[in-house]
Amino acid sequence: MNWVNVLLQGVLLGGFYALLACGLSLMFGVMRIINLAHGDIAVIGAYLIWVIVNQTSIPPWLAALLVLPMMWVGGYVVYVLLLERSRRAGQLVPLLTTFGLAIVIENVLLQVFSPDDHSLLSSTGTLATSSFSFGGLSISFFGVFTLGTAVVVLAGLQLFLSRTSSGRQMRATAEDPDAAELVGINARAVYAKATAIAVAIAGLGGIFLAIRQTFNPSTGPTQLIFAFEAVVIGGFGSPWGTLLGGIVLGVAQVIGAQVNPQYFVLFGHLVFLAVLASPRGGILARRGRAL
Amino acid sequence: MIGARRTPLTGGFRVQRWTRLSIASAVAALVVIAFLAVVPFVFGADVTEQLTALLIFVILAVMWNALAGYGGLISVGQQAFIGLGAYGTIFLTQHGFAPYLAMVVAGLGAGAVAVPTSLIMLRLRGGQFAIGMWVVAEIFGILVTLDSGLGGGTGVSLNGLDVYAPGYRQAYTFWLTLACTTVLLGLVFVLLRRRIGTSLQAVRDDEEAAASLGVNVVRSKRVLFVVAAAGCGIAGALYLANTLFIQTGSVFGVQWTAYMLFMVLVGGLGTFEGPIIGAIIFYLIQAQFGDSGAWYFVGLGATAIAFALFLPHGIWGAIDRRLRLRLLPVGYTLRKRETPAAAGTDQPATNA
Repeated sequence: MNWVNVLLQGVLLGGFYALLACGLSLMFGVMRIINLAHGDIAVIGAYLIWVIVNQTSIPPWLAALLVLPMMWVGGYVVYVLLLERSRRAGQLVPLLTTFGLAIVIENVLLQVFSPDDHSLLSSTGTLATSSFSFGGLSISFFGVFTLGTAVVVLAGLQLFLSRTSSGRQMRATAEDPDAAELVGINARAVYAKATAIAVAIAGLGGIFLAIRQTFNPSTGPTQLIFAFEAVVIGGFGSPWGTLLGGIVLGVAQVIGAQVNPQYFVLFGHLVFLAVLASPRGGILARRGRAL
Repeated sequence: MIGARRTPLTGGFRVQRWTRLSIASAVAALVVIAFLAVVPFVFGADVTEQLTALLIFVILAVMWNALAGYGGLISVGQQAFIGLGAYGTIFLTQHGFAPYLAMVVAGLGAGAVAVPTSLIMLRLRGGQFAIGMWVVAEIFGILVTLDSGLGGGTGVSLNGLDVYAPGYRQAYTFWLTLACTTVLLGLVFVLLRRRIGTSLQAVRDDEEAAASLGVNVVRSKRVLFVVAAAGCGIAGALYLANTLFIQTGSVFGVQWTAYMLFMVLVGGLGTFEGPIIGAIIFYLIQAQFGDSGAWYFVGLGATAIAFALFLPHGIWGAIDRRLRLRLLPVGYTLRKRETPAAAGTDQPATNA
């Protein structure tokens, strides 16, 4: 029974990684940019909700609803100030600038909030800690909620991309920006919107991060690495692959921790390397398709 | 293009590699090296230690630039090899190697580890390679932490150098650093001037096009990757010799990449001379603001962003563009052949 429980914990953890990975995957899919500041942007979301909950009497669920539009606007700002110019300067420049952004964010947070650990655990009451029993297993309510959110976000993205007009514009721009411009799509606006969505989803990931664990200014890089591993394990360009990748990563980590608590992160990394070394690439990798 | 020296060019052009200026600057470089070699006799141990730190930065900047500026491989994980070099030195000294020998062997060992690493990592491109290398650095860091013989996560000191008096130790470390810097920079210089240098730049600019012209993409990248790894490994070992104490958290830390990014972007990405200038600038800035904590890093990151966006070839690139200075030429310059009709008209240089 213990191993079933371990698997279940891994799946729930995987939901969190999938949520973190959505934005990273979207930005890569639309712009071919890997945002090296993605993890730190998620941590900004965590600090935002922490500040709102601790400085005002706003309840956490309402604070979360406030953080998302703030992150959305932040995404536009990042695009206009940084990514627009980087993107035009070539393939490598976005990597340099987003890594620079990661250093800036991390150290501004360090200066403002000190290196101490923060957490929302004490403010969220029983939400984060309560669990229910099912078939002899103890299931964390918040874990199920995280996984559910990840599924809803992924399904929402999928629907947005396939059914709405802006989603179709986004896919067209991802396939061929020049051809998209020829038929009247404003590629710049599409890219800005994709960045805003990606940053808002990263902020959502940050909110869940703040509730489920302690965080500090240097939490970001780890989140970026886990999100990236989830995307790679699942296969680039496949939304449901991202969910599957997150789950595989979560299960690998939990199994590693079961063997030896020090192996938690290591097992995830090793599965990631194994997937890279396999001839096929990611589990649901589809070659030659952007989104 | 590659066999340019042998193939006659049409249109009255000839290819020039060395100019009077560049020959003069190569001689000047040798003079600087000779001058540096006598520094320990003239100055105190603290100056020697500072210069050792500077030369280590020079090695790191040149290696990172070789990868990113010439190979198009932006790595966020070169600290993997810095850490391997440092901890490899610890491991070898624990097993009977003399410390200075251990440093060189550990650096070369980091290059050897890069061979299997490259089999997986070079399947990745762009941002995927960048973060993939970061994961590699994390893995190496965790594996070292798991070995209690290497001090676990709490850090470990380099033993065996205490047989030398502190002044002598500092001087020996400096000479080894100077020798390694000279050899590694010379190696990168020669590598970039040869056929593989041209191949790499073709791959950087367009991988498919380069492959279609017969460039062996993977082999070119692998050679560069292994050389850069060995260089970073030796730099890590020398860093250990200069500080005598290391921790996994700092030696495998991503701040190394922040330093390298800053040095290369400020000095000049994709130029041979730029990273050396960048390292000197970084060294001066660190001496001035290194104690300012987080704001120092904010400044580094913001400056790197500004250079990437507005001056992508850095300070040296800007100078080079205006004055067409090429002190240590790794590229080719196309000049109009001096004919009676158009004597002495130098055509604009095409160079990489």
